[in-house]
Amino acid sequence: MSNTSRHTALDALHRELGATMTDFAGWDMPLRYASERDEHNAVRTRAGLFDLSHMGEITVSGPAAVDLLNHALVGNIGSVGVGRARYTMICQADGGILDDLIVYRLGESEYMVVANAGNAQVVLDALTERAAGFDAQVRDDRDAYALIAVQGPESPGILKAVTDADLDGLKYYAGLPGTVAGVPALIARTGYTGEDGFELFVAPEHAEGLWRALTEAGAPAGLIPCGLSCRDTLRLEAGMPLYGHELTTALTPFDAGLGRVVKFEKTSHADDFVGVEALRAAAERAEAAPPRKLVGLVAEGRRVPRAGMSVVADGQVIGEVTSGAPSPTLGKPIAMAYVDAAHAAPGTAGVGVDIRGTHEPYEVVALPFYKRQK
Amino acid sequence: MSNPQQLRYSKEHEWLSATEDGVATIGITEFAANALGDVVYADLPSVGDTVTAGETCGELESTKSVSDLYSPVSGEVVEANQDVVDDPSLVNSAPFEGGWLFKVRVAQEPGDLLSADEYTAFAGS
Repeated sequence: MSNTSRHTALDALHRELGATMTDFAGWDMPLRYASERDEHNAVRTRAGLFDLSHMGEITVSGPAAVDLLNHALVGNIGSVGVGRARYTMICQADGGILDDLIVYRLGESEYMVVANAGNAQVVLDALTERAAGFDAQVRDDRDAYALIAVQGPESPGILKAVTDADLDGLKYYAGLPGTVAGVPALIARTGYTGEDGFELFVAPEHAEGLWRALTEAGAPAGLIPCGLSCRDTLRLEAGMPLYGHELTTALTPFDAGLGRVVKFEKTSHADDFVGVEALRAAAERAEAAPPRKLVGLVAEGRRVPRAGMSVVADGQVIGEVTSGAPSPTLGKPIAMAYVDAAHAAPGTAGVGVDIRGTHEPYEVVALPFYKRQK
Repeated sequence: MSNPQQLRYSKEHEWLSATEDGVATIGITEFAANALGDVVYADLPSVGDTVTAGETCGELESTKSVSDLYSPVSGEVVEANQDVVDDPSLVNSAPFEGGWLFKVRVAQEPGDLLSADEYTAFAGS
């Protein structure tokens, strides 16, 4: 383990709770507290508590903040209302994905961009560079926030016990400032688990108190602390992409099956956002002759596919696994994979994964593997 | 966690029971089970297989990774634990008991197996 690992404000608490820690993008983070399967199931059926303080917050503000974001990102940020959030991406000039992001509009001319931990510096640098000529400020707020998520069907009830904020009025992909357990927080109805849930951005000095208050409020409902291991199986079941796996600089959003996040019609900078030309070409390619498509694979046997393993059919390599894990909800191993379009239709016969030399049979399915009942 | 005194241990984190009628039982330690996380698939050697001390004879797959399984001794496999094949989580819940992996008719054992105290010091557990 690296001695230079960064630690979140909850580090001592994780150790007190007996967490197994792991290095993640230079941060020492909880992998699991006890059984990752129990943690996964708690989020699906009750509630789980996550420390996500490694995520990178960047504040963009000023009269031209929206114009800067429309220029720098692929989405139409001008259509995001105050108090709402948007899933979007930041691309290179060649259309390759630098990161996937959530942008929260906190005020008339104030936005918070949340980047993946491993890409936070890249996103900060790109936004800073792309801000040239705009009347807007880009501020590194990575140290200003701890981030705690409570996810799962019981999460609204648990949060209500410790806040007066109007949670019923808070829609999915929205965020509002409020007070939780006596401390100021940005309360967002977002997450990465496929369940209803909230992400709470607070000052680091308030993180431990908030965590303990949520633990206490959630105990009767079965809330338990959860690590990054179950976060990965939860997002995989929900068919959500992970940067570095389904998303890379070698792929455009269209190659990743997420072309819908690219808006060629924008309220500003529709013709000069970074990557626009390459993305127009990628959109046409995807329409005319998609090279590979992102699909779901469900194992017929019990061996687990892993990122980088070949997808095969008739003895030929037809694709590559990008993420794979045993699915606690389905009770079978599952994977996301990019496969040649000819083999991408759900139900395509004869598809397998090369697991250390053995071609294990897999069923091609549409994503996601799991969708919650609303 | 405590490592049972009556067992011996390898540096690959297997345990080995005392040999009775030439047969010893083999499993992985609680330390190893905890490090793996939830075991979801166990590929165990088959009855009749010859295993060699320190060489791969199967694999244990957990949520996050797959790990080779080694045998701490050489000999012939006389039983594989079907309960673990059916329910791999036994490796986590009872690594020294119901989660044993296979039994070997011992032909040869290496001289570097550890006592419980030596293994505890080695694993830092």
